[in-house]
Amino acid sequence: MAGLSFDLIALQLFAGLALGAIYVLFAIGLSLIFGMLTVVNFAHGAFYMVGAYVGLYLISIGGNFWICLVAVPIAIGLFGLAVERVLIRPLYGRGIDYPLLLTFGLSYVMVECVRIAFGKTGYPFDTPEILQGAVDIGVGYFPLYRLFVIGATAVVLLALWLFLEKTSFGLIIRAGARDPQIVRVLGVDVSKVWLIVFGIGTAIAGFAGLLAAPLQGVIPEMGGTILAEAFVVTVVGGMGSIGGAVLAGLLVGVVVSMTSLFAPEMAKVSIFALMAVVLIVRPQGFFGRAGLMS
Amino acid sequence: MSETTQSIKRPGAATGSWYELATRHRASIVAAVILVFPMVMPFTALAVNILIYGLYALGFNLVFGYLGLLSFGHAALFGTGAYLCGIAIVHFGWPWYAAIAAGVAGGLLMALLIGVLAIRTRGIYFAMVTMALSQCVYYLFYQAVDLTGGENGLRGINVRTIDLFGLRIDFINPMTRYYVIAAFVIAAFFVMSRILASPFGAVIEAVRENEGRARASGYDVTLTRLLTFVLSGGFCGLAGALQALHLSIVPIEILHYETSGLVVMIALLGGMGTFFGPMIGAAVFLVLENVVSVWTVHWQLIVGAIFIACVLFFPAGIWGTLIARGRR
Repeated sequence: MAGLSFDLIALQLFAGLALGAIYVLFAIGLSLIFGMLTVVNFAHGAFYMVGAYVGLYLISIGGNFWICLVAVPIAIGLFGLAVERVLIRPLYGRGIDYPLLLTFGLSYVMVECVRIAFGKTGYPFDTPEILQGAVDIGVGYFPLYRLFVIGATAVVLLALWLFLEKTSFGLIIRAGARDPQIVRVLGVDVSKVWLIVFGIGTAIAGFAGLLAAPLQGVIPEMGGTILAEAFVVTVVGGMGSIGGAVLAGLLVGVVVSMTSLFAPEMAKVSIFALMAVVLIVRPQGFFGRAGLMS
Repeated sequence: MSETTQSIKRPGAATGSWYELATRHRASIVAAVILVFPMVMPFTALAVNILIYGLYALGFNLVFGYLGLLSFGHAALFGTGAYLCGIAIVHFGWPWYAAIAAGVAGGLLMALLIGVLAIRTRGIYFAMVTMALSQCVYYLFYQAVDLTGGENGLRGINVRTIDLFGLRIDFINPMTRYYVIAAFVIAAFFVMSRILASPFGAVIEAVRENEGRARASGYDVTLTRLLTFVLSGGFCGLAGALQALHLSIVPIEILHYETSGLVVMIALLGGMGTFFGPMIGAAVFLVLENVVSVWTVHWQLIVGAIFIACVLFFPAGIWGTLIARGRR
């Protein structure tokens, strides 16, 4: 424990925020889809993983990281649209467990397809050259790429907030999350809204996978681990609440980061302990209400 | 099934129909099938796997099919049973029967721990919380290298002979091994049949069908859920303990969330909330896995696709669909 200074703790806090940013992106997609469609997307981890692999593929055929930042969410979002339209739509109104089971089966198919296309072993993912190195953030040198992850997450969150709060389509989404029946009575085609929300949610998952790739490399199983951890985030933050997902995602990231400083072997267990505490004290989570953005 | 539910269902089925006969003697039928099974199934190792996973699915089905809660954390119950049985033999030198008891106790205790936390949440949260908690159990066992062997798994669970009332049974012979394990599985099916036929079994189904009405009738819904989850843990713990004896090693993958997903697939494939469904599901799933993995290494792709098709087109599963046909 020698040399455990304030600076080190502050740096670790920032590392936790960068890790938390990935959780936030993953969990808001999950939360957005649940808040609107009441579908727990068990394939969310698979979309995240495919996002990283699409990025890997685009770079291998001569693209660069910046093209990926735009192309990956679009590709994964389009794929998400197809999945909602073909597989999930027939299950609406058949009980809340069925879409969950279906997406679980889908995650098997997606992981195995990636194994067939790219092999079972993982690949390293190079950090783009401009983002390599570290910058002085006052308390010490911090990897530039992690700062970029935090910044990119903030941009996505801001864009999502503006979209949901300031556009008329966002208004329909928020209304649909509150009461889909009334929205339908008002003449809005709710199924089209659900389609688009699923597309947005999966696009953000693909984006998160791409951002996470340079931090941890890509393997076909990368989605499974983060899925369980994202469930912790949604339980802690409150399912269907975007504000909750942001706060809880950052909190989980910081908790993991801090425990790995003091007791590395307990880092993975600590977030589940956090969930246990929240379940005992406040079972509905920080912002656990039915409505979206409320 | 309880008296009350039977009297509700009776008008639908003609008296003395094959379905009603099968329901009345359901545990005996399972016992008879299990006893003759090795004669039609040439691979005894596969037959033992079917027994163990059938038992695992039976325990899972109590929560998923009868109580109506989708758990994605049953690997923790199955795995804890296996590890405790293994630890009792490897580290403490317990005899085989005590080790199996330790496995069952481990399943019950783990179910109590997970249940107390997970039952606090409603509906869809349950699947997420159980999955997250079982992932936590995975990391805990992974870290406890001294006790569990960590990444390498727990090795050296060597039970060569089963001593019983002066009788010495060879546990290495595949056929006798099958029948020793079959004895436990058959006993578990009789116990399950008894639980479902008891008044408590009726309360379980009442909670699934209409939570509000069950509560208004004076039943403690939360306690019923917790007790059912714990009972389910006992069955899964037994399955895990038998798995440890069968494999003579407990791999860490037994606690992986794919083991939880596997039992969901088996239960849904066989028919959730049916007595024979879990065994049928386990048999079909494992035979399929064996056949497909001979043909391609990417059997998960086929399994996933079949599961998607099941959810979309046959949500009642194999046995559930047959029952629906038979009643018509």
